[in-house]
Amino acid sequence: MLEVSSLKKVYRSGAREVEALRDLTFTVDSGELVCLVGPSGCGKTTLLRCIAGLLEPTGGQVRLDGREVSGPPPGLAMVFQEYGRSLFPWMSVRDNVELPLKQKKITRDRRKTLVEQALDAVGLAGTESAYPWQLSGGMQQRVAIARAVAYEPSTLLMDEPFAAVDAQTRADLEDLVRALWQRLEVTVLFITHDIDEAVYLGQRVVMLSSSPTVVQDEITVDLPSTRDQLHTRADPRFTELRTHVYEQIQAAKRGLQLGGAGASS
Amino acid sequence: MKRVAYVLGLPVVLFAAWYLLSAGSESFYAPPLSTILESFGKTWTLDRLGTDVVPSLLRLVAGYALAAVIGVAVGVTIGLNRRVRATVEPVLEFFRAIPPPVLVPVIMLFAGIGNGMKIIVIVFGCVWPVLLNTVEGVRAVDSVQIDTAKAYGISGPARLGRVILPAASPQIAAGLRQALSIAIILMVISEMFAASNGLGFTIVQFQRSFAIPEMWSGIILLGLLGFGLSLLFRLAEGRALRWYHGLRDAQRRS
Ligand SMILES: Nc1ncnc2c1ncn2[C@@H]1O[C@H](COP(=O)(O)OP(=O)(O)OP(=O)(O)O)[C@@H](O)[C@H]1O
Ligand SMILES: [Mg+2]
Repeated sequence: MLEVSSLKKVYRSGAREVEALRDLTFTVDSGELVCLVGPSGCGKTTLLRCIAGLLEPTGGQVRLDGREVSGPPPGLAMVFQEYGRSLFPWMSVRDNVELPLKQKKITRDRRKTLVEQALDAVGLAGTESAYPWQLSGGMQQRVAIARAVAYEPSTLLMDEPFAAVDAQTRADLEDLVRALWQRLEVTVLFITHDIDEAVYLGQRVVMLSSSPTVVQDEITVDLPSTRDQLHTRADPRFTELRTHVYEQIQAAKRGLQLGGAGASS
Repeated sequence: MKRVAYVLGLPVVLFAAWYLLSAGSESFYAPPLSTILESFGKTWTLDRLGTDVVPSLLRLVAGYALAAVIGVAVGVTIGLNRRVRATVEPVLEFFRAIPPPVLVPVIMLFAGIGNGMKIIVIVFGCVWPVLLNTVEGVRAVDSVQIDTAKAYGISGPARLGRVILPAASPQIAAGLRQALSIAIILMVISEMFAASNGLGFTIVQFQRSFAIPEMWSGIILLGLLGFGLSLLFRLAEGRALRWYHGLRDAQRRS
């Protein structure tokens, strides 16, 4: 279980202070798939870095399976928003996906299977020996996803992982994430800009306010657990839920404008 | 083929110009190139190459390799540690600013005049560009790459060997390239002070005995040597950093 309690993060560089997160509290149960939406710049990436143990919170804490996170926890995989920079350009696609597995001391044969399966799942079979910079942005993003998938994590953090792929691939990858989540029983926290995507994927959707960031709202997505692109998206309940999320996000944005005007006067 | 023509074009033109301009030269100190080339064949016999060029090259290789290893090892240590860097960097800049030839007499005092002294001189001159470039390269590794390594539990030697060093390798290579030309200069200089063999020693001997064409032939050999070594370096670098050149081309195109 992932517990985020009263999380606060203030960036300090010299005299400048940016309050990225004010006070965040929410939980993600083991094996749950939660989507996180919020306006740009509200601190979603900051939150994910705190959860991954890459950034020290200014206040509050993150607990993963009861233990406080103070460094990168084992069994956690992350798909970075800066997918291009998170792949190692001196390694082939295969080596990029395989390197974390080597660290997990997985046998050679098993590694080979995992890498092949993961690349196959994201539709990149046949690119094993290419370098990441020889691939398109969308393909690079899928390599980053394959790396996380092959790692067989118990917690998976994804930071806008489908931003660079086309609509059709995106739909396929959404279904892939749900399939993997159901198969591996992994806890997933998924950040997206796309409200439809959040409702389609998640069991719950957590909405963040604009800066100063708190949890704006939280809804449970009570759609059937087998979802498919055609029927789920046509479901009246789906439309209701996405309207709700949309309104909350709009409210959050208005909050931003009001806050901005107040700060500048 | 075209590239070879580009590489060799200018040297060939320069040599031809030298040849033509010096053809009728009466000057004792600048004899015609034809005379120099004639003495080249006579001077640099296999025997001579064995007694003078090979020892020079061995010292060069030893000094260069040692400087590379020390420079990268110390550079990584400093580059990864912010506190060490803050305290050590001014001192490094100070040592780097000392022209190594000045130190030859000093090093001679405690290292004698043997091979050890010459290798130390080469190491002392070469280590700075390698070290400072390594520090810079390690410091500038993309933070997302480091975070990725951390998040996936890539730690210790694997992080160093598979992430940090490769990421810094283009900058390290730039340092190694600078160091190579310094190494050749210092190889010669260290032999000019006190030596009983070596390329630098031989050239000085020729000069002192007024064997001017022979002296010039030695200088040409030195030039060829430098050219050959830098060619070798470029080949090795092109292979090791193939990914980097490809990446840069890809970024330039987009
Ligand atoms: N390293 C940093 N130093 C200072 N300020 C930072 C740093 N990283 C982020 N910030 C600031 O913190 C705030 C939140 O940034 P963050 O990247 O977490 O937003 P985000 O929600 O992920 O945005 P987006 O949706 O555009 O990816 C922004 O105002 C940003 O300027
Ligand atoms: Mg972000």
